[in-house]
Amino acid sequence: MSDLETFRLETRAWLEENCPLSMRTPMTSDDDPCWGGRNFTFKSEDQRLWLERMAERGWTAPDWPKEYGGGGLSQAEHKVLREELARIQARPALSSFGVWMIGPAILKFGSEELKRQHLPPIVRGEIRWCQGYSEPGAGSDLAGLQTRAEDQGDHFIVNGQKIWTSYADKADWMFCLVRTNPEAKKQLGISLVLFDMTTPGVSTRPIKLISGSSPFCESFLDNVRVEKNQVVGEINAGWTIAKYLLTHEREMIGGMGRTAAGQKTLAQQAVDAIGLENGQLADGILRGEVARWGLDARAFELTTERVLDEAKAGQGVGHASAMLKYYGTELNKRRQELLVALRGSEALVWEGEASREGAVPRTWLRSKGNSIEGGTSEVQLNVIARNILGLQ
Amino acid sequence: MAALVLNEEQQMLKDAAKRFLAESAPVSQLRSLRDNRDETGFSRELWQQMVEMGFVGTLIPEEFGGSAFGFTGMGQVFEQAGRNLSASPLLSSAVVGASLLQLAGSAEQRQSMLPAIAEGRLLLALAVDEKPRHAPQHIETVAQERDGGYVLTGNKVFVIDGHVADKLIVAARTHVANDAGQGVSLFLVDPKSEGITLERTIMVDSRNAANVSFDHVKVGSDALLGELDQGYAALDKVLDIANAQLAAELLGISLEAFDRTVTYMQERKQFGVVIGSFQALQHRAAHMFSELELVKSVVLKALVALDENDPEAKALVSLAKAKASEVAELVTNEAIQLHGGMGMTDEFDVGLFIKRARSVQALYGDYRYHADRFARLRGY
Repeated sequence: MSDLETFRLETRAWLEENCPLSMRTPMTSDDDPCWGGRNFTFKSEDQRLWLERMAERGWTAPDWPKEYGGGGLSQAEHKVLREELARIQARPALSSFGVWMIGPAILKFGSEELKRQHLPPIVRGEIRWCQGYSEPGAGSDLAGLQTRAEDQGDHFIVNGQKIWTSYADKADWMFCLVRTNPEAKKQLGISLVLFDMTTPGVSTRPIKLISGSSPFCESFLDNVRVEKNQVVGEINAGWTIAKYLLTHEREMIGGMGRTAAGQKTLAQQAVDAIGLENGQLADGILRGEVARWGLDARAFELTTERVLDEAKAGQGVGHASAMLKYYGTELNKRRQELLVALRGSEALVWEGEASREGAVPRTWLRSKGNSIEGGTSEVQLNVIARNILGLQ
Repeated sequence: MAALVLNEEQQMLKDAAKRFLAESAPVSQLRSLRDNRDETGFSRELWQQMVEMGFVGTLIPEEFGGSAFGFTGMGQVFEQAGRNLSASPLLSSAVVGASLLQLAGSAEQRQSMLPAIAEGRLLLALAVDEKPRHAPQHIETVAQERDGGYVLTGNKVFVIDGHVADKLIVAARTHVANDAGQGVSLFLVDPKSEGITLERTIMVDSRNAANVSFDHVKVGSDALLGELDQGYAALDKVLDIANAQLAAELLGISLEAFDRTVTYMQERKQFGVVIGSFQALQHRAAHMFSELELVKSVVLKALVALDENDPEAKALVSLAKAKASEVAELVTNEAIQLHGGMGMTDEFDVGLFIKRARSVQALYGDYRYHADRFARLRGY
């Protein structure tokens, strides 16, 4: 038996023993994910246990080195783990901007000191992170950001305002883009700094969205002290890291076009809502639209697979993330539109238990932001046109 | 499950096809065949060279003189044929004919015909459709048993390469059945047989098809290909095999039309700047780029699925043909619009790409046919 097959059997056995049964059911609401952090209230003992057990093995960050608390798995082993988790429809033990975003950036660009300080608490789900990128005057034009960090010798004093910081009101630390050299050309004077949200001068205010929820905040930074050892990478070289992180973010948001394990496909939901006649969806025009979406969704899924395979084989174009972000988010918006269309007026019920407090229309409205956050669709098309096609 | 990248062997085949077809069968060759009203519709010399390059035997086992490089390998040749609009009977003979013989042929039929196909000496053509829109289950041509053989009567339309074929493979009804797929048999028929009328149809892409009518055509019992009444399964399978290759050809057509359009946008100046500097046009190009990335994935996946006998292969082939058709339509239409007035001239090649694209789209089922089939296979 190959090592990988042994690993699969061991993993399967371990998961069988350690993944609580209630963690093997599809998530049904936005409240279900485990975000961790100082202020997080576990929804159940099972949820707490599942995080603790997975973190213990480093499997909340399976491919990070063991010395920083990660799982130390090879790419092939990581894939096996993902497959085995999907096989039992396990919920993610931890949803974390730390694992998805700032962790990989610290691993790639950060000092040894930063790695030892920040990575293990991320793996254990003890510290929850938020991202301070956009500003009221710097959205699509992110490099135009104005938040100033003044050099005070061993520390910076930061002043400015951030917007669209996801869950800033619930986060423990922020990774934040600031201008450290106002004289340099705009991309060249930016640094990526880390600070604790309890630092004096940091305040946040939630923003209510058209979906009625408030996943985003405004963050106000008023004479916030940031130690110089909390700069990731070189001072004034933050733009490179920001772009690296944006790539990560785009891949993540782009992935939303896919149907998650355990989730009903659009076609199944269409059959439930409309019914079959002679084996076909009873509404011919809707059937055509569902089929068009189904073709694109499977094609997109295969494209993410191919892009990954090409990257592993050392081939492929760069900037694939711009294409994936563009297509994946537009695909998810189309899916949400169809889900609303299938259910007619029922999809527009906003309140009440029967509608799970308007889960359908709220998810539909939230999806409109997918093609705006993390770089608009138009910015992605600009990136493709200029960087891949050489049109300028 | 193989990764969605070409292996070394397939990459070499792709490189070889790229070099060879760009040099020996470029767009200008199709143009000259068209302008000279060539009777054959392709170059026999080119066909012989394709035999020597090993392209023709790609799907044929080594014992019959082929290379057995598989569907993914053949797909690389088709993609390059799409880029160059190379005219040849590769689909009708080396893909459809060779595959049907392997799927349904007796040991004797395979032994006598596969080596001849691999050597390019024998050209086959499949006579399946009876309506202008692909409908393989709609078969009214009948074959009645008589005197130990069969008598065929009916009409077949748009038989690809029918006018040059040495043998026709005809799908005919041998039993009336409730299920349209039941009671269909396949026959190998000499096109010179008495009772056959064959009319070449000159198509928009300057490639070849023929309408063939059968009026009480007598064939022997050895003409039967596969089991009596059981021909539909092989037919269905071979249409999948053909559609995966057609999707690869559409990918090549679309990529080439797109590349030429982007180059034109970088060169053509209006208002004192290149038109590629206009964001309205950049976004259209970037959208096409994204769609083409999806087509690359579905085409490769369909080919790999056929090579691996993946249980999802049918749906993946319909996905590939549907998506490749949809995007070919988008890209060839945009290619003309973005070339402006030049795109409307016969002198520019863009027009040749839209013509071939539509022919390939329609052949063996367009976007609508395959979107419908995909939905059926998915249970809706």
